[in-house]
Amino acid sequence: MNPASALCKGNRGDRQFARLAKLSAASVIAILAAVGLFLLWKSVPALTARPQDASVLDGSFWAYTLPLLFGTVWVAALALLIALPLSVGVALFLTNYAPPGARSALSFVVDLLAAVPSVVYGLWGIMVLAPSLLPTYEWLNSHLHRVPLFAGAVSGTGRTILTAALVLAVMILPLITALCREIFLQTPASIKEGALALGATRWEMLRLAVLPAAKGPIVSAAMLGLGRALGETMAVAMVLSATGTVTWKLLTSQNPSTIAANIALTFPEAFGKNISVLIATGLVLFAATFLVNAAARQVVKRGTSTNKRSAA
Amino acid sequence: MYFTTALLNASRFNRRFRRSPTLMVSGAVLAATLSGCAVNENRSPLESAADSTFSGELIGVGASSQGAAQESWIAGFQSAHGRVSVNYDPAGSGAGREAFMHGGASFAGSDRPFTVEEIADGGFEMCAPGSALVELPVYVSPIVVVFNVDGVLDLNVDAPTLAGIFSGQITRWDDPDLVRQNPGAALPDLAITAVHRSDDSGTTGNFTDYLSKVAPEVWQVGATQTWPSEYGGEGAQGTSGVVETVAGGVGTIGYADASRAGDLASVSLLEGGGYVPYSPGAAAVAIDAAALESGRANTDLVVTLDPSGADSNAYPLVLVSYLIGCETYRDPQVAELVRTYFAWTVSEAGQEAAAKNAGSVPLPPRLRGALSGAAEQIGGPR
Repeated sequence: MNPASALCKGNRGDRQFARLAKLSAASVIAILAAVGLFLLWKSVPALTARPQDASVLDGSFWAYTLPLLFGTVWVAALALLIALPLSVGVALFLTNYAPPGARSALSFVVDLLAAVPSVVYGLWGIMVLAPSLLPTYEWLNSHLHRVPLFAGAVSGTGRTILTAALVLAVMILPLITALCREIFLQTPASIKEGALALGATRWEMLRLAVLPAAKGPIVSAAMLGLGRALGETMAVAMVLSATGTVTWKLLTSQNPSTIAANIALTFPEAFGKNISVLIATGLVLFAATFLVNAAARQVVKRGTSTNKRSAA
Repeated sequence: MYFTTALLNASRFNRRFRRSPTLMVSGAVLAATLSGCAVNENRSPLESAADSTFSGELIGVGASSQGAAQESWIAGFQSAHGRVSVNYDPAGSGAGREAFMHGGASFAGSDRPFTVEEIADGGFEMCAPGSALVELPVYVSPIVVVFNVDGVLDLNVDAPTLAGIFSGQITRWDDPDLVRQNPGAALPDLAITAVHRSDDSGTTGNFTDYLSKVAPEVWQVGATQTWPSEYGGEGAQGTSGVVETVAGGVGTIGYADASRAGDLASVSLLEGGGYVPYSPGAAAVAIDAAALESGRANTDLVVTLDPSGADSNAYPLVLVSYLIGCETYRDPQVAELVRTYFAWTVSEAGQEAAAKNAGSVPLPPRLRGALSGAAEQIGGPR
């Protein structure tokens, strides 16, 4: 057989595979662009809508959307605040403290949390979590009501923004934990052993050898979790008592709604221009998530470049 | 990770399966038997020769409040007319009206009828030009005000007090207004949590309509499908959400469709001098006394309830949901199907079926007669 033709066969396979890979990447970008274009196209009439055209608006479009945006970001930030330390802790335990048998079993259980549908989380939230948190909320309100977060009249059902944030935290926990676990496993064993050999305790080793390099990737993982929390619909729609008021209070019945939950609640009875308004709020959420991700990437980039500078 | 494991398991299973012909054959026989059961569901033993001439497909879109009733009507209709298939998509009243207007559905279910202005604007694609609309109030479901207070089994509440509770002005269970009307009840010193629907809903629309008619000086925002945010309270998603929230909370009160309120205690409303507890009979009395709105076509039957003028046997807090169609359809075959279907829904048997399956109140005979007459007017282009 001619050796040249054998080489050509290999090159053709290479070219085909390269084409396939490029096609996949292009289709992902095309899908994202299609979604963005759909959102833009359908929301243009809504951005200038008045209450006469769209019955769901009370004033201007931005007067309708900005409180929703506040609620979305507020509940997602609370969820991340609760979930991130917990996830990092679980991941550190799984990679550095757990005995090998417990490691695989606990990893399995954490991954199983991700398999639970969000509707089930919503049902659990309203039926179990909210009533059981009521005594805690009443305690917080009676002892710490000077703190603005815990002031106000406590909800009689426990379906507050703090409960919704807790449910969201449980939902994003497996995602961030799985990513952090992979991140911590990447740390070269030589660096860890070196730290231990120099006399560091286990915690000092983690603080000096594992966590510094992992800071950037942990931020990426947190941003992925935040993205999930920003877009979560059913659990928030079911658990949160959404009344549209913009408030920092965590324990009352009056809470801001989130964009995704608002779309889920309003779309069934919406028609005409109202649908455009809802799609426009979806566009605002899309843009907000995009900005959050971009900011996170900047943080990560600056983090890794600092690391490189300090290493050099 | 789990996806790849599942794939691997599937291929291993297939290999085992292929090696065992007995397993394959018995599986095929089982599948054939079970699919036979499914086919029998659609065929009825009561098909008569006259009915078998009907065939075709009807598509309806509309209110989810009518969903369970529509299911029972469709089951009855399809068993009488074996070759017709009717589909009702409970996508919401707004979606139903939109779909009907743009020709996407042959009929619509809606918690509010088209306004006179909307009908005058026209643009109904399913209807022949110049045709009137047929709007029939086929589904009547009482709305109960349920509450959850330990040790209190019934509560008398008059209209201004009810409006005060839901507008956030009355905030505690031992408020003087409530105590005055319920001298025998042990009302605790507990905060009231008023639960409303966080989604747009016809139930909210009818409840706020009632409040704005009986207590306009307290309830100042009129009838609305979205709960007014200035009145506060706690929001829950869907009827089941409200019922769950009231049942699971402490000192909660809310409004919900009677058929799905479970065994929660409910409020007796003040009507014509006496407090009327909820009962299907009392709701039927209220509907019988309802007047038809004037200024509409003969087939456009919109009822208006006057809760302040009702007698003391009537429970006037009801949700009325409409079936909407054309008087003259462009397509005569669709007209035939819609006429027969609408006639079935307003017939005595149809109303009984809906009452049994969805917990609605059967229409009183006088109103039923008027609706049947209107349904008979539906036809194709003349």
